[in-house]
Amino acid sequence: MFDFIPSFKPFESLVLYLSHFEFWSDFIAFVSSFDGFSEAMIIKIAQSTDDTIYMVSLSVFFGLLIGLPIGVLLFTTRKGQILDCTILNNLISFAANFFRSIPFIILIVWILPFTALLMGTFIGKQAAVVPLSIGVAPLVARMIENALLEVPKGLIEAARSMGATPLQIIYKVLLPESLPVIVNSMTITLITLTGYIAMAGAVGAGGLGQLAIQYGYISHKPAITDSVVYILVIFTFFIQFLGNTIVKRVTHH
Amino acid sequence: MIKLEHISKTFEQNKTIIHALKDISLHVPEGKIYGVIGKSGAGKSTLIRCVNLLEKPTSGKIFFDNQDITHLSNRKLIEVRRKISMIFQHFNLLSSRTVFDNIAFPLELNRTPKAVIKQKVNELIALVGLSEKANVYPANLSGGQKQRVAIARALASDPKVLLCDEATSALDPETTRSILELLKDINQKLGLTILLITHEMDVVKQICDQVAVISNGELVEQSSVGEMFSHAKTDIARQFIQSTLHLTIPDDYLARLTPEHKEGLNPLVRMEFTGVSVDLPLLSQIAKEFEVDSNIISAQMDYAGGVKFGLMLTEMKGKQKSTASAIAFLEKNNTKVEVLGYV
Repeated sequence: MFDFIPSFKPFESLVLYLSHFEFWSDFIAFVSSFDGFSEAMIIKIAQSTDDTIYMVSLSVFFGLLIGLPIGVLLFTTRKGQILDCTILNNLISFAANFFRSIPFIILIVWILPFTALLMGTFIGKQAAVVPLSIGVAPLVARMIENALLEVPKGLIEAARSMGATPLQIIYKVLLPESLPVIVNSMTITLITLTGYIAMAGAVGAGGLGQLAIQYGYISHKPAITDSVVYILVIFTFFIQFLGNTIVKRVTHH
Repeated sequence: MIKLEHISKTFEQNKTIIHALKDISLHVPEGKIYGVIGKSGAGKSTLIRCVNLLEKPTSGKIFFDNQDITHLSNRKLIEVRRKISMIFQHFNLLSSRTVFDNIAFPLELNRTPKAVIKQKVNELIALVGLSEKANVYPANLSGGQKQRVAIARALASDPKVLLCDEATSALDPETTRSILELLKDINQKLGLTILLITHEMDVVKQICDQVAVISNGELVEQSSVGEMFSHAKTDIARQFIQSTLHLTIPDDYLARLTPEHKEGLNPLVRMEFTGVSVDLPLLSQIAKEFEVDSNIISAQMDYAGGVKFGLMLTEMKGKQKSTASAIAFLEKNNTKVEVLGYV
C-alpha cells in the first residue's frame, strides 16, 4: 500500500558510507568488545532506527489525517459552537473515548484481522502503521479539540460578524490561531508514538523496540538494550527541540 | 437604517428563564450615531448581538435597510453581515496575522482579488493612522492601536452600519477620546451609521446624536442626546448624566455642615441646571431681586447634544426669608435645588 513512498534508509546508508573509510575497522573492533556487537549488528541498529523513523512519520501523518478532522468536529459540534450538534458530538466523543481506553498493545492484537485485510499482512513496519495510526488518532483528536478550546470565543464571534462561513472559521481562524498549541501537541504525539512503536516491536513490527526486546532482552545482551535506549533518548530530545523551535516561530503573542 | 421591532430574548439557564430583552423597539436613522447606555447586565450586549443576529431574538423583527433580516437563510445572512460590521471591547484581532492581514481578513472571506485587497488595506491603514505598523503583529500594539486596526478591519467590507460593542471600555480616557474622534470622523466622512452600546455617559456625550437607556432588558427612555440631558425622564437616565459630573463638598465645608438652621448660618445648596434653566442668568437675578449672594464653592457645566447642563454648589448668603424665596424662584425656573445643610 505504501509503495509510493521511496525506500527510507538514511542511517543504513550512512553506515554503509562510513564503512568505506579507514577508521571503520578500528571502530568495529572497538564496538565488538561489547557483548553482542558486530558490524552486522551496527547495520541492524541503523536499519531499526530507519524503520522507527519510518513508522513514526507515517503514523503521525495518518494519525493527523484521521485525528485532525475528528478533533475539529469534536470542537465545532459542541453546544453553542459553529456546527452545534449534540448527537454527533456525543457519538464522536464516545468513539474517541472508546479507542483511547484500549491499551495500545491490546489494540494491535485486537485489530490484527483488520490490519491483515488492509495491508495483506500483519507483520512488518508497513502493517504496523495501521494500529499505530488508529491508536494515535483519538489522542490527536482530543489534543486538537483542546487546542481549539483555547481560541478566544470573541475571535469566532468576530469572524461570524464578518460573514465567515463555518468552513472559513475553521481554516482561517481556529486552526491558524491554535497552531502553536497544535504543534506542541504534535510534539507530544510524536514522542508517544515512539513509545508505541517499541510496543509494536514486541509483536513483529521491527524497529528499535523489537531490537531491544529480541537481542537485548531475549538473547540477554544488555549492551544492545543500552544503545537502543541512547538512540531513543536522542530521538526524543531531537523531536522536542524541533517542536519547541517551530512553536517559537509560529507564536506571535 | 436599522429598525428593531418588539425584540424579546429569553435564555434558559439552569431551568430558570431569564428575560434578557423585553419588547425593545428602536430606530437608528441613516448616518446617525445612536448610543444605547446601560449598566452591566442590563442586556445591551445581547441587544447589539441581535442586530447582526449573532443572537437570534426569541420574538420580534429586525429590519436592515428596510429589509426584514430576522429569518434569512444562512447564505443571505452572511451577505447582510458583510454590510453590518462590528467592533468589540477586546478588539478580537487574530493574533496569528499581522495588522495588514487582519484588515485583509473580511476581504479574503468574500474572495476579493489580491491586488484589490492590497490597495484597499493600505488605504484603510492610512485612514486609521497606522501606516508604520502594517507588518506588526497585534501583540506588539497598544490597546488604542488594536482598536484602530479593528476599526479598519470593520470598514474593509464597505459596511453601511458599524456596531460598537463597548468599543472604548478597555481603553484609558485619552485613548478613548481619540478612538471616539476617529469614529465621529468616519461617521461624517463616510456617512456610516453607527450603533454603539456603552456604560459610560461620557461616550454618549461626546459622539452620539441619539441615545436610549436600557435597564433590566427594557428600553426605558430614548431621545436625542440634547433632549436627554435637558429633560431626562427616568431616574436611571439622570444617574447616568450625573455620573459625568463630579461634584463633592470640600472637607472643611463638610466639617461645618449642620442639618438644622441656626442664626448666622447660610444654606449650602446644590443646584442642577438643565438645558432650559441654564441659559438664564439666574444667579445674578436672585442677587438683584432677593438680595441673596451666591458664593460658588464648586461648579461643573458641560455641553452635550447642543445643550448646556451642569451642577453647582453654592453657599447662599442672605436673610432666611430671602434665601427661601430665591430657592423657590430657582425651582420655578427649572433648576433642581437641594439644600444640603447649613454652614
